Formats: sequence, structure tokens, C-alpha cells
Amino acid sequence: MSARAPIRVKTLTIDGREVGAREDQTILEVARENNIFIPTLCNLPGLSNAGACRLCIVEVKGVNKLLPACVTRVAEGMEVTVNSERLAKFRRGILELVFAERNHVCSVCVTNGHCDLQNMALKLGMTHVHFPYQYPRMPVDASHERFVVDHNRCILCARCVRVCDEIEGAHTWDIMSRGVECRVITDLAQPWGKSESCTGCGKCVQVCPTGALSEKGKSVAEMSKRRQFLPYLTLMREGRR
Amino acid sequence: MPRQTIVIDPVTRIEGHSKISLHLDEEGHVEEAYFHVTQFRGFEKFCEGRPFYEMPSLMARICGICPVSHLIASAKACDAILAVRIPEGAVRLRKVLNLAQILQSHALSFFYLSVPDLLLGMDSDPATRNVFGVMETNPAMARDGVRLRQFGQQIIEWLAGKRIHPAWVVPGGVSSPLTAENRDRILAGIPEALAIATRALDWFKTEIERFREEIRCFANFPTLFMGLVGDDGTLEHYSGKLRFLDAGGHVVADYADTSYPDYLAEIAHPWSYLKTSFYKPLGYPDGVYRVGPLARLNVIDGISTPRASQEWAEFRELDRGAVLSSFYYHYARLIEIVYALEKIEQLLHDSDALDSNVRAHASVNNSEGIGVSEAPRGTLMHHYKVDRDGLITWANLIIATGHNNAAMNRGVLQVARHFVHGNKLTEGMLNRVEAVIRCFDPCLSCSTHADGRLALEVELRSHQGELVDVCRTR
Repeated sequence: MSARAPIRVKTLTIDGREVGAREDQTILEVARENNIFIPTLCNLPGLSNAGACRLCIVEVKGVNKLLPACVTRVAEGMEVTVNSERLAKFRRGILELVFAERNHVCSVCVTNGHCDLQNMALKLGMTHVHFPYQYPRMPVDASHERFVVDHNRCILCARCVRVCDEIEGAHTWDIMSRGVECRVITDLAQPWGKSESCTGCGKCVQVCPTGALSEKGKSVAEMSKRRQFLPYLTLMREGRR
Repeated sequence: MPRQTIVIDPVTRIEGHSKISLHLDEEGHVEEAYFHVTQFRGFEKFCEGRPFYEMPSLMARICGICPVSHLIASAKACDAILAVRIPEGAVRLRKVLNLAQILQSHALSFFYLSVPDLLLGMDSDPATRNVFGVMETNPAMARDGVRLRQFGQQIIEWLAGKRIHPAWVVPGGVSSPLTAENRDRILAGIPEALAIATRALDWFKTEIERFREEIRCFANFPTLFMGLVGDDGTLEHYSGKLRFLDAGGHVVADYADTSYPDYLAEIAHPWSYLKTSFYKPLGYPDGVYRVGPLARLNVIDGISTPRASQEWAEFRELDRGAVLSSFYYHYARLIEIVYALEKIEQLLHDSDALDSNVRAHASVNNSEGIGVSEAPRGTLMHHYKVDRDGLITWANLIIATGHNNAAMNRGVLQVARHFVHGNKLTEGMLNRVEAVIRCFDPCLSCSTHADGRLALEVELRSHQGELVDVCRTR
């Protein structure tokens, strides 16, 4: 690494703690290195950052808006607050909006008990959803031989899109439309079972934080995700470069 | 005297929401009676579009008291969609689970909901005619009831991981085998539970004399009876053939359980959200039949466990043909508790009880599946259709209470005609009208909302709808 351009070190404070960081690091990476917890949903080590869920918002002194820690680079002298009443309130609000947007009924979900969204709600102390539920009528695509996509449970984190593109190299997944119409698609919005680009590797299913992508035939609460493969694969790719 | 309508709303100490209306003629005699189920659930509709393998757990949410019954019937319907024969080990464990469900639900129905009437009397003070009143009057009996129900729930937890809404029963079998530790825990609890069940049964038999009048008119009329029987004609709750028996005690027919559309039909009445089913060959209303503990003990040729078998022989002496009074549902329920305990013991003593082969895997091989099992309250039917990808396109559920609906309505009329007279109402009269419903232990939805207080409101109205009298008891 040192053979390339020299890496500069920046110093900043997170919740009043002085920390050092490489200039190409994000606030989230630095916080994690220093065991400071920032909640995330769309982020998954080994994949690029999308800044999709906004759960990692932090306050930076002198900036009058909240910044997503996963895609904000560190700067010299930055004063970052990651834990405050205000942030906790907004983060819970974001989670509540996610729950209200589609039909996340944990009790009958295949990932009940193994779900990143559910765990995050518990961790952040979300007790109620204060927004009216939208109850959209979302399709379930079970056309694939081994996997199912249930759009009711999708939070649009785009982990599937990234793992398929960046790790598997198939780029079967993508995102279509905007706003409430927004949803993940396979190929050009073809049924998953008809997709020609899908290799059937199942990485998308394993990285999906919720029950949106699951293995067929898994009954309620049976779908736990196995993500051990991801760090190994990324390591391999980096080694080859 | 003008025509009047008496409304009992809500009916208490039952599972779910309902009311009863009694129509009096000019003489003050009961002319017509209706049992209205006032809640609407919609499970048949909103499961459409879901993957079929979610169905057992989704359908279990129908009820907090009998989730296991729905799990079993639903999983059997899904087995049919997979078109697999599930491993013997899975059948055995599902049977144990189903019996534990019957045990805990029967204990709830008898001790919590009906013992207040039986122990304290139909006319006793409604303020204490509840499980708390039972605790004061006969604490040992209340403790027995709580203990017995706890044991049933405990078996469910030991097998399936949790007491209410476990996800353990899956299409193709169950998700994990039984451990030796849990088997031994269940077996260790059986003697105490059997002692409780025997005590309750002995007590009930000595008390029967006090309820001659109720026995005579609590839905005591000829109907058909329907229930699963094993291949050898013995008591069976998991699988077998569906038998119809007439009031004289003669077997009308034995059917394959999965061909119910051939011999059962449903109609809807404008005054209730609960559909009414009837026996097709006789039409409606002649094809009225009853299901549940009473029906099961009527249709069988015998019981395969020793103590329950003895009790059953005694029970069948009550009538020459089938036992007709619905008051005896309580009796039948107690005998079934004894059976459930004995049968669980038998099943767990099997040398293969810990067999680890408990799940068959397959994908969608049939576009339709029917699952039938005996729930505590009677025969439960789940019927699904799926598309090629396994998504539900149509579902029909016939629950025990639907089978019993016509008989319950008739029973309410019979009791009301016998006990409710003129324009002077007593609370005891109306409690009997509710008590006949309690005999059937209807499960109108999910859980009991009776908090022990009798929240009863009765209105006397003239035929023009004019309010004559209101009676509120709290």
C-alpha cells in the first residue's frame, strides 16, 4: 500500500473522543475501528456503500444537516456526534417509516428472529410505529426454482443489487421506479425464474437483511442468513488485484 | 303483550365475540333464537398470494388457544400440496402435539369457562360466577385446572419451542426431533395430570344429578354426528376416515377425509359472520350435525387406551343410541383429557420416539391440498389451492364451530324456550342460554375475552323496536 500515494492521517473527534483516521476512511469505518456503535441497515462490510437507509446519520459541527456516516469521508478537525437524543429520535423515525411503508409482519415472516430490521428495531428501542401503515399490495415472485422474492418485506437497501454486481459479477438485480413504486427487479423486470443473467448462486438471498429474499420451502422463522462467505470472497478478490 | 326481542350481548366465557337474540311472541314465549357471531377475520382472503409453506404459521395466528390445531390441519394440507408421505417420526410428534393442544384447551374450557356454572350453580351471583369465584369456593379445583392446562402448554413448549404460535410444524413434517430430556420431562408429568383428570371426571359424575333439567334441554335433540375415526374405528385426532353417525347410533357412512366437498356444503346466514355447514345428502336444515368431543365419543367403536376406554363404556350407557344432550360435551371433554394423557404416554414410550427423521422435502407437486384433523372443538378442515409457483390462489377453512353452528342455534332456541318466559327476565335464565353455547366451547376467533365479569346487557324491545326494559349486570 505504501508503494502508492502516501496516505495522510486525519484527526477528528467522535462524541468528544479524539480518534485518528486515514483520509480515505468514512466516519462509519473510523467509528467501528474505535468500537463506537452507529446503527446501519444497508451497509454490509465487503460491499460498497449505498447510503440507502440513512440510519447511520450523524451530526457534524458546522454542518446544518445530518450526514450519513457510511458515505461521509473524515476531515481534519471534524467534530462528529453519533449519539444524541435528536439522532436517536430521527433513527427511530426512519425505522418506523420503513415498517410503515410495506407489510413487515414479523410473526409470520420466514426470517422472524434472524432479521436485521427486526434486530435493529429492538436495539434502537422502537416500540410503536407512529405513522399510518400503507399496506401496499406488493407481489411475491416465486418463479425461481430455489428462491423467492417477497416485495412486501423489502426495505430497498440494495444489498442484493451490490452483491450480485460487485461479488458475483452477474448484475441480475437492479432497482426500478421511484418513491412508493420503487422496487428491486431481476433482469429487465422479468420474473426471477425467467432471468438469464441469474447464476442461482444465492448470494443476494444471504445478504438480504429481511425476509424479502429467502430460500423456497423455508417455513416461518426458519430462514437464517449465512454471510460468512462475503469477507472471504472480498479478501480473495483483493489478493488477486 | 307486544312481540319482543331479547339480546344477550356479548356472550361471555366463550372464545370470541358473539351475541344472542331471542324473539318473543305476543304471549311472551320464545319464538325464534339466533346465535350471532359478530366478528369477521378474513383469513381465507388475505392469505391469497402468500407462499404455501408460510400457511401453517400464518393460519395458526387465527387462534391463540388452538394455534396447534390450525398448524396441524394446515401442515397436512401443505403435505398434500407437496404430495409427500411424511416420516413416521413426524406423524408421531405431530400427534403428541395435537393431543397436548386438546389437553390444554379442554382444561381451559372445562375449568375456566364452565366449572363456574357447574360448581357455583347456573343461578349464582354473576359477580363471583367466574374462575375467581371457583378459587374462593374450591381452591383445589381451581389449582387443578390451572395445573392441567399448564401441563398441556408445557408439552407444546417442550416439543415446539414455544407455547403459543410455535412455528415447529412445517409442510413435510416438523422442524426438529424430540430430545430425550424433553421426552422424559413430559413422561414425568403424566401421572400427576392423570390424577387431576380422574379427579375432575369423578367429581363431574357425582354432580350430574344436579343438572337433570339442563341435560334434558341443553341442545338435546337428534342430529348427525361427525368425527375422525382410526382405521380400526377407535378414537383418533390426527388422521383417519370421517364418520357420520345418526342419532340412533348407526353409522351412516365412512368417508375419506380429503373428499369433504363431496358430502359437506356451507351456507351463509345474513345474521352471522359464521358460515353454517351441513351434510349434503340430507340438505339443510336436515343435514345438521355436531362435531367435537361428544360427537367423537359417539362415532367411535372404541378407545385404544385402558382408562379412557373404561370411562367411554360407562359414557355410552347414558343413551341407547348416540348420546344426544350437548350438556354431555363436558363429560366427553373430560374423558378425552384422560385419553390424551394416556395416548401421549403410549406414543412417547415408542422406541422410535426420538427418531431424527422428521421432515420430508419436496416442492409443489399438487395444485390443491386438503388437511383434516380433530381440533379440541371438533373437525378442522383446511383446503388450499396454489399456482405453479406455490402461491396460494384460494383457501377455504371449515372450523369446528362452523360444523356446530346449526346445532348451536337450535340449542339456543331449545334452552330459551324452556327457561325464558314472559317479560320478566332473570339473569339465571339468560346464563343458561349462554351456558348451552359454552357446552360446544365455540372458538369464534382467537382467545377468550371474558375477564370473569359477566358483561351482559339485555334489552326488551317491542316489535316496533320500542325499548321496554333494560337489564345490565356487571
